[in-house]
Amino acid sequence: MNILIFIRMVADVVEELKIADDFKSLDIDWIRFRLSETDEHAVEQAILLKEKYGGMVTVIALDAPEVDDALYNALAKGADRAIKICGDWMNFRSPGIAKLFSNYIKDENLLVTQTLIMSGSQAIDDLEGELIYYMGENLNIPTCGIVTSVNYRSDFNLINVYKEFAGGLRGEFEINLPAIIGIQAAEKPPRYIPIAKIRAIMKTAKIEEIDIPDDHISAGKEVNRLLEPEVSGRATMLEGSPDEITAKLIEILSEKAII
Amino acid sequence: MSKGILVLADHTKEVITDVSYEMLGIGRKLADSMNQPLYSLIIGDGAEKFASGFGIADKVFVVADKKIEIAIPELIVQILKKIVTENDISLILVAGTNISSGVGPLLAAKLDYRFIHFCKNLIYENGELMATSQLFGGKIFSETVLNDCKGIFSILPGSFPAEAGKASRFPEIIDIPHPDDGLKIKFKAFIEPEAGDVDVTKESILVSVGRGIGSSDNISIADELVEIIGGAVCASRPIIDQGWLPLSRQIGKSGMIVKPKLYMALGISGAPEHIEGMKDAELIIAVNKDSAAPIFNVAQYGICADIDDIVPMLIDKLKERK
Repeated sequence: MNILIFIRMVADVVEELKIADDFKSLDIDWIRFRLSETDEHAVEQAILLKEKYGGMVTVIALDAPEVDDALYNALAKGADRAIKICGDWMNFRSPGIAKLFSNYIKDENLLVTQTLIMSGSQAIDDLEGELIYYMGENLNIPTCGIVTSVNYRSDFNLINVYKEFAGGLRGEFEINLPAIIGIQAAEKPPRYIPIAKIRAIMKTAKIEEIDIPDDHISAGKEVNRLLEPEVSGRATMLEGSPDEITAKLIEILSEKAII
Repeated sequence: MSKGILVLADHTKEVITDVSYEMLGIGRKLADSMNQPLYSLIIGDGAEKFASGFGIADKVFVVADKKIEIAIPELIVQILKKIVTENDISLILVAGTNISSGVGPLLAAKLDYRFIHFCKNLIYENGELMATSQLFGGKIFSETVLNDCKGIFSILPGSFPAEAGKASRFPEIIDIPHPDDGLKIKFKAFIEPEAGDVDVTKESILVSVGRGIGSSDNISIADELVEIIGGAVCASRPIIDQGWLPLSRQIGKSGMIVKPKLYMALGISGAPEHIEGMKDAELIIAVNKDSAAPIFNVAQYGICADIDDIVPMLIDKLKERK
């Protein structure tokens, strides 16, 4: 199997987010970037598939702050190739990113019979929706998102996937390759790679940097404004020392007849 | 100018989800203010029996066929594209659920419409439509104005009142044949959730842990708390994905929907997917280090502090009371 994973960097929401002076984007000097959480799971699932069925795993990313760390991390986990598409893509949204990735796949003739394209099911800044569906449409291949399990049947060149619905319910689907799937969660938690191993891979492996032709691809339409959420139903905040706070908590739990 | 608004019904295992009625309610409001008809589309085996409850729409398209066991985005989009084109529909509402996921972007790509995800609000004013979306796990909102009022919008469940989408009158129903699809994806079977050791939907007290708990060892703090106040420990998605707690304990969009008497959220930021599963709890108390965490917008009581500074002391004091 030939696995291509497309990954994106997103703002780390554990940190405070700041809106830029144009009120249309985030202040990138302020935010910390991390690999999109579902992309991290896509990398893990790809490595699990490689370990189970063999094949080649290529990780491809658009240039972004801290993307090299994510690519080296994928190599340390077991990816065979890491490719960075150079350029300024910060304002690109799903439809534009899908065009860039799809054109790259077509130009490099990467879509062969045994190709499985993977990405995270969804990113936290996907205002225009899931990348995989735009890519599936561009490449005219079957697409399935919110996947939590993948098995490959080489005799029929197809994959069996589990897709999540609600309340723990899942559906099993059969998809012929080539196909694109969006991973919601890998079958196992993403593996931890010690820093020493990542440092070692940085010395031996190389991120391939490529430029792609400017096909006048649109980044996407502008949003009119970003804003902090209104805090209409804001909680009553319990303040004071831990001693005072826990005393108030006990009072509340007691009033509500919980204790 | 367009000739209609269409709501795609969202249902799973023969139950219409509340967000379908939320969409019908806001769809009706927009249709009236834009002076356009409101349509709905229900796809799936047994779809015709749901249609009578969709009287708020002017017309309901029904694609009922035993062969359609589960809605696949590719199939829904085939049907939607035909209806949208034939009726010159320019505004389509789909549910922001796992069932309807993928329909928006796929239809947008096929029709060259714009798709706006995670919508919390839609306002029609001065001939323009403004969509407010929730991004970055609910920490930032975006406003997008569509001058041509043409687009596809995914609606986050819980954004609009469901009651506004219910009506007693009977709609005009139009049966549409199942398309000769040639789908590239085949549905095989449903996999029911494995029964866990605890049914979190039946517990009256839930102590829920999120990423802020730090490590799997720290879950013991939540275990200790439920030993004293009763109930069960559950979690948000990152904890389940790490394998720290079983899937049967997951609360949220893909997990369980719970309505306990007390929901105590420890180190949970409150992403929309999680809020969807616990917002109807009678009492929500949240402990989080980040004062801007969206969980504080749904909790009645909030504590901006480290879990380690609060919960062990709370446990000690509760023990003293006994």
